[in-house]
Amino acid sequence: MEYRDYYAVLGVDRKASQEEIKKAYRRLARKYHPDVNREPDAEERFKEVGEAYEVLSDPEKRAAYDALGANWRDHQEFRPPPGWEQQFSFGGGGFTSHDAGFSEFFEALFGAAGGPGFHRHGRRAGGFKGADEHARVGITLEEAYRQDRVEITVPRRGQPPRRLRVKIPTGISDGKRVRLKGQGGPGIGGGEPGDLFVEFRLVPHPRFRPEGRDIHYELPVTPWEAALGAELTVPTLGGDVKLKVPPGSQSGNRLRLKGRGLPGDPPGDQYVTLKVVLPKPTKAEHRKLYEQMAETMNFDPRAPA
Amino acid sequence: MSRPIDPELLDERLRFTLREVCRICDVHAQFLMELVDEGVIAPLPPPGQRRLPRRQSAWHFDGIAVVRVQRAVRLQRDLGVNLPGVALALELLDEIEALRQRR
Repeated sequence: MEYRDYYAVLGVDRKASQEEIKKAYRRLARKYHPDVNREPDAEERFKEVGEAYEVLSDPEKRAAYDALGANWRDHQEFRPPPGWEQQFSFGGGGFTSHDAGFSEFFEALFGAAGGPGFHRHGRRAGGFKGADEHARVGITLEEAYRQDRVEITVPRRGQPPRRLRVKIPTGISDGKRVRLKGQGGPGIGGGEPGDLFVEFRLVPHPRFRPEGRDIHYELPVTPWEAALGAELTVPTLGGDVKLKVPPGSQSGNRLRLKGRGLPGDPPGDQYVTLKVVLPKPTKAEHRKLYEQMAETMNFDPRAPA
Repeated sequence: MSRPIDPELLDERLRFTLREVCRICDVHAQFLMELVDEGVIAPLPPPGQRRLPRRQSAWHFDGIAVVRVQRAVRLQRDLGVNLPGVALALELLDEIEALRQRR
């Protein structure tokens, strides 16, 4: 297993006071909290910071950890010294922390954090409700549109992750959550099982930008298509469609393809933003056309309206 | 691989009773009331009714409220912020999310 340098994780000195450790933890916890930080590694960092704080905030655990010596490097190969467990009494339980899974290193030193978590006040006739579990899954816009069944991996402490397939429900958009009733941790003493909550995240798409259930798409057009009107082919999640560009269109104008966004009640729309692209006058004839426009059109876009 | 399970989308159309929200989020009704007071979540009348009943146990909440309560619980537990702080954080996070989507 790997040694973890908890001081380095919190970015504090080995001689740091409890107050300094708490301050560093609070700052990093705010930074990496998965509800605040959308970076994919935020959750991992948040757990590391939580584990480091779990050890360094507890004088007894900190003393035990410090007793390993200061010559270890973070992630260095590590084996606990013999007789370690007899030296300190860290049974299960007594942990202040969340349902975070701790590292192998932590569990070797301090034991596994007291069994599966259960409700603090979930005591009912028939035992404890099982722990709620949370998972996050990245899906493509195409999968969201087709409402595919996607595989979800639920990390579980001390056990291989559970995999299950979930149909993407109608009405999904980026960040939406679903509840899978009774799919969380098993109940204890005949209690009902916990729930599984899954957050869907849309992975960035090269052409489409989602906003809620609506889809935004930028369509490059020629000046004459915009000026004279045209019927153009536009990609949508459901396949190509014909779009009528009205005569006199301007760059930046938005056209709506009703119901062509993500499924829902009502389904989202696709918005097509026109982007007029001017051809470069590379030949003398091209220049002549622009000159002709300049002479005949008597147009000043800066003239006061 | 087990058989596929149909999930329940936590959106504005879904309705839960106050008791259900407490059970799902593992919080006391008192905490929900505090979140209502802070404007983090809004109670809804029972299905078929137009006005919010005076009796709090008859209040309903939508799926979005469940997500917000869970976030509030996590922020409070993990970051040690008080309720007004949680309310402010959730509001700012909503704003960031809206800005990020508009871009």
